Amino acid sequence: MSEAAETPVAPAESPIVSLRDVRRDYALGAERVHALQGVTLEVQRGDYVAIVGPSGCGKSTLLNLIGVIDQPTSGTVEIGGKRVDDMSDWEATAFRLYNIGFVFQRFYLMPILSALENVALPMAEANVPREERRERASQLLAYVGLSNREHHRPSELSGGEQQRVAIARALANRPTLVLADEPTGELDAHTGAEIISLFQRLNADGTTIVVVTHDEDLADAARRKIHMRDGKVVDGGGGGYA
Amino acid sequence: MLLDMVMLSTGMRESFRELLVSRGFDIRLAPKGTLPFDTDATIPDVAAITNVLRNNPDIREISPVLGGSIHIEVGNRDVSSAVLGIDPSVQGDYEFLSGRDVTTADAIVANDYLIRQLGARIGDTLAVASGYDPQTRTYMGQRKLVLTGRARFIYGAAEQSAAAVRRETLEAMEGQARHDRASLFMIRVRKGADPDRVREWIETYIPSVSAISIATAIAQVDQRLSYFRQLSLILGAVSLFVGFLLVTTLVTVSVNERSGEIAVMRAIGVSRTHVVQQIVLEGVAISFAGALIGLGLGLVTARYLNAILSAFPGLPMAIDFFLFQPSAVWTALGLLIASGIGAGIYPAWRAASLPIAESLRREAIA
Repeated sequence: MSEAAETPVAPAESPIVSLRDVRRDYALGAERVHALQGVTLEVQRGDYVAIVGPSGCGKSTLLNLIGVIDQPTSGTVEIGGKRVDDMSDWEATAFRLYNIGFVFQRFYLMPILSALENVALPMAEANVPREERRERASQLLAYVGLSNREHHRPSELSGGEQQRVAIARALANRPTLVLADEPTGELDAHTGAEIISLFQRLNADGTTIVVVTHDEDLADAARRKIHMRDGKVVDGGGGGYA
Repeated sequence: MLLDMVMLSTGMRESFRELLVSRGFDIRLAPKGTLPFDTDATIPDVAAITNVLRNNPDIREISPVLGGSIHIEVGNRDVSSAVLGIDPSVQGDYEFLSGRDVTTADAIVANDYLIRQLGARIGDTLAVASGYDPQTRTYMGQRKLVLTGRARFIYGAAEQSAAAVRRETLEAMEGQARHDRASLFMIRVRKGADPDRVREWIETYIPSVSAISIATAIAQVDQRLSYFRQLSLILGAVSLFVGFLLVTTLVTVSVNERSGEIAVMRAIGVSRTHVVQQIVLEGVAISFAGALIGLGLGLVTARYLNAILSAFPGLPMAIDFFLFQPSAVWTALGLLIASGIGAGIYPAWRAASLPIAESLRREAIA
């Protein structure tokens, strides 16, 4: 891994996420879609931000840019003071591995791996020694309340349990930023509330969280909401948390 | 099928080579321009040729063989058989099984098939003739010979009568026309001597014969069996290609179905290299699993086909079309694994090239 990828990002006083006039266009058939049209926003370390807005307003595109799995057409993206919008694939992969944790709507756990192995997967990629990653994966599963499910495969877990495993996986390499795309989208209200509570605890313990959601309860649980419409931030884009 | 084709491509050649070396003779002499027992032609002046051959210090043993056919009267029946006139002390045509070898002029040994045909026992006296004239209905060159032993004729087919007598006995039965003649000479060279140099020496000093070393015999057999080799090469390549396409398709379908999962792996920091490794390994695993099943089936099929093909009339019992050799299994396994790696490369490249954000967006829409 590159040194840059492993270096702890962002001094405490600077925003952990900073986007300046970010645009993202892509082709949809013959049409050119302007998914983001000059987005500028900041997220402070330790913040818990919910990005809300109608479907197709560019929320997920924005999250992908913050997560360094996509590159803007123009503008700059900095994570922890480091420009990430022009990284090579290799650099971006290493950066994500050490600095960003992802939680997806559909969990996307490896079906042939146990919960413990799923959580340990990013650590294996980061060459964490086997014993250490087993221990840390076990601690993370305990953190999300799944100590008794370590050796269960995803097919043996409920949706809520799978999402908790996915959250534990996102925390595997101690990222400074956790990004979640509709994390309660596939869950019933009761299970969704458990996940919301887990995110709050995670944030209270110091993890910076950015979620994209249609779930009002989840958005209300965040410290700050960013409203988007038609590829633009219409409210809450400034760095509000101190 | 690939294993079968690898076995077929080398099987006859190898089993023929084993057949030739099994009795330790290094060179065969046949009438000029022929292969041993390929025609009824014979080599004249056996005694003179033997004397010439003895002048070469690299030649250790000389075994002239006269081939022919005999008729044996059993009651009202007439049983015919191939016969070899040999010198039992240096013969390389049969493996003696039981009884007494042809140590006397009136002795004959036969294979089990002929003994069954005759309904005879060791020790029985047989009325043996070297020819039969259907016009006069008389036997020619008739002798009373004693069945002294059982033998397995190495170059004979399973369902073929075969017998051996001393060469002088057969010469005497066949008359002046076959006197001092041989169908074949088998020659052992001294240990350490180069058979091909001896072969060249023989062809120089005895121009009336074709000298065939094991290497040249195999080369000639190779030439005659080129059809089998080409067939096995084509069928083997086709089976490998079909397997390659099948594995490529399976892995590609699997990659397409898991594009979201792969995109997530990439998103959480799994490198392209590891994605490629995983997909290629998948191809290898599918190929390996298929190979294990295929090798088992291939061996069963080869055994079955070998039994059918080996039953062709006139083929020596010892000739196998599909010869099992560990090298054939390793070759087939190696080709299959290489094909698995090749088959995994395209889907692996596709998987590694998946645009992460785009794939996740498509998954979300789906």
